[in-house]
Amino acid sequence: MIMIGERINGMFKDIGKAVREHDPKPLQEWAVKQKEGGAHYLDVNTGPNSEDQTVDLPWMIKVVREVSDLPLAIDTTDYNAMEAALIEYGKPGAVINSIGCEQEKIDRVFPMAAKYQADVVCLCISKSGIPKSADERVALAMEFVANAEAYGLQPDNLFIDPIILPVNVAQEHASEALETIRQIKLLSNPAPLTTIGLSNVSQKTPHRPLLNRTFAVMAMAVGLDSAILDVNDDLLVDAIASARIILNKDIYCDSYPKVFRQR
Amino acid sequence: MATNILKEKYSSKINTVTIGATKEQGGTRTSTVTVGGDASAPFLHYEGEIPLKPVAALEIQDIAPTDWDPILQKVYAEVSGDPVTWAKKAVEFGADLIYLKLAGSHPDNGDKSPEECAKIVKDVLAAVGVPLIVVGSGVEEKDNAVWPVVAEAAAGENLVIGSAQQEKYKSLAAACMVYKHKLLALSPLDINICKQLNILITEMGLPAESILIDPSTAALGYGIEYTYSILERGRLGALQGDKMLAMPVLLQIGYEAWRSKEAIAPEEDFPNWGNQEERAILWEAVTAAGLLQGGANIAVLRHPESLRLLKKNSEELMVKPEL
Repeated sequence: MIMIGERINGMFKDIGKAVREHDPKPLQEWAVKQKEGGAHYLDVNTGPNSEDQTVDLPWMIKVVREVSDLPLAIDTTDYNAMEAALIEYGKPGAVINSIGCEQEKIDRVFPMAAKYQADVVCLCISKSGIPKSADERVALAMEFVANAEAYGLQPDNLFIDPIILPVNVAQEHASEALETIRQIKLLSNPAPLTTIGLSNVSQKTPHRPLLNRTFAVMAMAVGLDSAILDVNDDLLVDAIASARIILNKDIYCDSYPKVFRQR
Repeated sequence: MATNILKEKYSSKINTVTIGATKEQGGTRTSTVTVGGDASAPFLHYEGEIPLKPVAALEIQDIAPTDWDPILQKVYAEVSGDPVTWAKKAVEFGADLIYLKLAGSHPDNGDKSPEECAKIVKDVLAAVGVPLIVVGSGVEEKDNAVWPVVAEAAAGENLVIGSAQQEKYKSLAAACMVYKHKLLALSPLDINICKQLNILITEMGLPAESILIDPSTAALGYGIEYTYSILERGRLGALQGDKMLAMPVLLQIGYEAWRSKEAIAPEEDFPNWGNQEERAILWEAVTAAGLLQGGANIAVLRHPESLRLLKKNSEELMVKPEL
């Protein structure tokens, strides 16, 4: 399970302020803290208050990389800013986060992914919104896979996100998302990777950590490869480490929760 | 349609570990042995680099072993009981390393003091130039007393010292840390304990690169498939990034093979099994050859002929196929 640390995001007040003032400290502190939590990637997002993402996003990349060698998930839908950030990143292995299933976005972003040897988070969401059924979501996933091939990307360069919505207001979506994950893993060989914005499942509920870790474990059982999540939620990371053991993805040892974080 | 060669992609590899130290490196060895570095399943050269061939050690003991089969006794008749001449003989036979078991430190077997053990190790070091693996008698209290003294006496020689186990690793890990030796971590055919033991040892501060795994060996016909599948599982885990299983593997093949009935039963008892000597040598060599395919890096053997066969096999497997 690839854990993408969600915390360096301008939606959070401390990061939003730091981005506005170009103060590297909060970003760098979270970079270190999330690595300690076991993050494999760090998500980087300017948040909604950035005046110019083409300036702010590369700056964020630069200051995070000063303290962390973890690969980055570059989180924006401003694809000019994305390209500026990829140039600043300057090496293969970044994750472009994200695109919806619209041909013009695919045509803009997939060549960029091929050029900078980046992977892409692909959201199962179309112009007409978020589909409800698993079948409609899988159809969108197939679009991404077919397009990847046309642009010289491998299916496993894609992190397909079936989209999860808060269970308190969109309860019927969760089981459809799970079924989508199961089917995405059958789409091609090698299979596309799957990811999820985990914390969405619990938005505005009073039981966020409990819902997050329960859903994480359920999604892993149907083939979830990665998630954008709170890596400093210890119970969540423990649950993920345990699920990996139960799925025989990691070899058991008594210290497995600790070992999982060290990888 | 052209055939595409399917290659598995791995993210990691087996640690590279050097045993022994030359004069320039602070020891007195004339040669060192480096094992590991494998970046693919055993001998799949086309998938990943296999930079170093598996090596073979011959086992010697500080006292004449009374329980070895007459066929082995015959080979070592002139040297058995004297570790110095025995070690020289083993090198003559082509051993890459000497595996010295301090059997005489066993309380029921002479109860040699730690200082006497250290002297034996020093004497063997003076007699031969190859690197040394030194193991205790297996009695916990005694091993705990012997290890630090041996480790100190051989400081700089970069020995492998064994065998740490789940309930007794602290004293050995500390000795290896202070005097810069490699540690042999023994687990009872159990990959979970194998991994946990490596974690416990590294948590004491000994680097993962100073550990060798002894997963316990079973001989042909006596559970070799358990050893084989554990080796394979560990190798795959290591290649996929599990650092606590990325240590090179040492297997005590001689000990196990020469316990099997097929190795020690005389021909007159089982005429259908054929000549005992050939059978015994092949029992050891086939056990070793099978486990090379699981990913063994160091094979500890007893008979010089099985050593010769294994070295030949290992060299042949190192030839890169043209694809």
